[in-house]
Amino acid sequence: MILQVCTKVCLFIIILFSVHSFFAGHYEPGGGFIGGLMTSGALVLLLIAYDMKTLKNILPIDFKYLIAVGLLFAVGTAAASLFFNVPFLTHAFGDVQIPILGETALHTATLFDLGVYLVVIGVTMTIIQTIGEDE
Amino acid sequence: MLENIVVITLFTIACSMVLLIYRVIKGPSTPDRVIALDAIGINLVAFIALISIELKTSAFLDITLLIGILAFIGTVTFAKYLEKGVIIDHDRD
Repeated sequence: MILQVCTKVCLFIIILFSVHSFFAGHYEPGGGFIGGLMTSGALVLLLIAYDMKTLKNILPIDFKYLIAVGLLFAVGTAAASLFFNVPFLTHAFGDVQIPILGETALHTATLFDLGVYLVVIGVTMTIIQTIGEDE
Repeated sequence: MLENIVVITLFTIACSMVLLIYRVIKGPSTPDRVIALDAIGINLVAFIALISIELKTSAFLDITLLIGILAFIGTVTFAKYLEKGVIIDHDRD
């Protein structure tokens, strides 16, 4: 009971910290790998405090597809540079007009990092769920 | 002045970690060892914060929060293993 209430409070702090560490990866220590590990750490805390079925209700996705989507993001960002007559994996950056946020500087390395993030979450959760199933 | 204080505190925390390692090795029961390892993790947080004062950088401050989270998750996992025998239930009753 104490653990479950504590999990409800801590989960959002851990996920916020992992998202911060993911987005701060360009200028500070952090990035996709450590952010993904921390997000899956939050999900593991949820698994420990509750059970597998609760996680499946909250997050009804198969984590194996998450690996595929992440790899697709990484390969897609790498291959998109081929359409602009530049070598594979060349990244571009620029200022983009986003409706709500105004003019924002974006870099395509973030999309590559998002691929890493998704793959790390998928691999970690697949390993833990596969080992954790006791029957 | 501040450097001397930081060095003295680092030395004290190192001493307390050595004593905790003695408890990890000697500890008669498993919960003793788990609590000692948890306390070592928290001491490590203090150690890293003091080292980042010593090196005059703020690059390590994320690590302290990370170690705090990891120590919490690790201790909870071990406590649940000691209490129930399984770590991840399939279906909670």
